[in-house]
Amino acid sequence: MGGSSRIVEVEGLRLAYGIKEVLHGISFAIDRNEIFAVIGPAQSGKTSLLRCLNRTTDFIPSATVSGSIRVDGDDIRRVKDVFGLRRRVGMVAPLPVGLPMSIYDNVAFAPRCSGMTAKRELDDIVERCLTQAALWDEVKDRLSSLGTALSGGQQQRLTIARALSHQPEILCLDEFSIAIDPVTTMRIEDVLKGLRREITIILVTNLVQQARRLADRTMFLWNGEIVELGPSEIVFSDHPADRRTYDYVNGIFG
Amino acid sequence: MASTGPTTQRFARTAQAARSERAQKVAKWVFGAMALAMVAPLIGIVTYLLYRAWPSLGWEFLVDLPRKGMREGGIWPAFVGTLYLVTISLAVAAPIGVLAAIYLNEYARDNWFNRLINLAVINLAGVPSIVHALFGLGAFVYAAQFGFSILSASLTLAIMTLPVIIASTREALASVPRAFREACWNVGATRWQTIRAVVLPNSISGILTGIILQVSRAAGETAPIMFTGAVFYKAVQRGDLFPYRLGDQCMALSMHLYTVSTQVPNVKESIPYATAIVLLGSVLLVNATAIAARVFMRRRKRW
Ligand SMILES: Nc1ncnc2c1ncn2[C@@H]1O[C@H](COP(=O)(O)OP(=O)(O)OP(=O)(O)O)[C@@H](O)[C@H]1O
Ligand SMILES: [Mg+2]
Repeated sequence: MGGSSRIVEVEGLRLAYGIKEVLHGISFAIDRNEIFAVIGPAQSGKTSLLRCLNRTTDFIPSATVSGSIRVDGDDIRRVKDVFGLRRRVGMVAPLPVGLPMSIYDNVAFAPRCSGMTAKRELDDIVERCLTQAALWDEVKDRLSSLGTALSGGQQQRLTIARALSHQPEILCLDEFSIAIDPVTTMRIEDVLKGLRREITIILVTNLVQQARRLADRTMFLWNGEIVELGPSEIVFSDHPADRRTYDYVNGIFG
Repeated sequence: MASTGPTTQRFARTAQAARSERAQKVAKWVFGAMALAMVAPLIGIVTYLLYRAWPSLGWEFLVDLPRKGMREGGIWPAFVGTLYLVTISLAVAAPIGVLAAIYLNEYARDNWFNRLINLAVINLAGVPSIVHALFGLGAFVYAAQFGFSILSASLTLAIMTLPVIIASTREALASVPRAFREACWNVGATRWQTIRAVVLPNSISGILTGIILQVSRAAGETAPIMFTGAVFYKAVQRGDLFPYRLGDQCMALSMHLYTVSTQVPNVKESIPYATAIVLLGSVLLVNATAIAARVFMRRRKRW
């Protein structure tokens, strides 16, 4: 662990798919244990930004990344164990994906991939993560049924449980609530508030209210550039630093 | 709509609805008729073959040797020969094909080299079998000095089936949604862990189907084996399951069918038909097994 209060430092990050650049050299830093929201209209590069953080851009042949990203002081391009990096940076994708295996195996998958085999430990992880994702009570009696057979919202919470299963230091949530009902969303938001004591959360969301409720700081990303980055009170106030932020937050954008 | 009529009118049958319903009915009948048109020739062929083959059919025909210059007797050497050729060729082609397809679909980047491989695979799949036969003759019989042998013939068949196995395996792999792979990568799984945990279990039935379809192709082709290791006649022990060695030449059903139909005068009339029935029957048996296996595995397919 680095002693610095910055857990993520991004500098001059550019990302292009083929010849189309979608992030135009952005720089920002995220504090340890904060909830950091990223808002912005569709196509602004939010998902792409998260892909850079856990280097899943490696799997997109056309993607080229430049600039530097440091996680806990380590330049992620130089980390030797990229799989370890991905375990440090948990990722919840916007569309719920229950893997075609049992609910138990879904959550135990990541620990198993990193070599854990002890049944007791796995049991503990499965119960803890499903509980944190507000899913345990609904599935505890049918852990051996298929993850793909759950409802959309349940699968989304399963995805969150899976992301927690490898004990990430940073948890990235990409529009996690689009498949979840408001009540469950609230429950998960409570969980997130609890989790921030241990980890850092990056929350990409289209729900301005959600960012306002949860985030310490909010970044407004627009067409691959940072329009505004500041404490949520200011970004969502009547007088943010940039006029465009006000327009977007209040839905008069366009 | 500005004004809503009485509620009974709301869901009344419109002309538009009636039209689309009619179109739907016609489509159903046309498609059904086509499906039936597929089945009719199959039943026709099988019935005709069975009818003509009837006098010869029986256990004796399968396990006996051809007698009196192949004018009577059975087909055991040819049957076992085909078993050898198909088994060995698939034992070579299936593992190589599946592994190559996994590489191409899961690991290979989109660069000129892999595009070249792709192009080669697609084109090889379309090469006529007689060309494969010539290649096998040059490469295995002469260059590699395996001589006219089961080994040469099987390898030639393997070369012939390989590109098709690669293509069908790739298709099966590509049918597993990318979202599953991404979910695995996101939790730090390696490509291989992802393939083993998610990709293979969900594509194995498609992969097997592709391989099994090549059984009938390998069993039915005559040219590639005629050039490289199949002979008109070879005496073996009656009913012996392991009569050949790799370096031997062998008889084969497809070739035998060709011989008794065109090369030998005064063959007992039912023998060619019975040979065809054995060939067809073995292939159908393999296909049926494959379908059973696929149904079994489909039940384990999980989304
Ligand atoms: N794999 C890819 N290949 C090529 N282009 C891509 C790829 N993924 C995203 N893009 C492009 O990059 C741009 C940014 O996409 P991104 O998914 O990051 O936006 P986003 O801010 O997450 O949008 P949304 O709110 O709709 O999720 C888009 O124009 C998109 O078309
Ligand atoms: Mg997105």
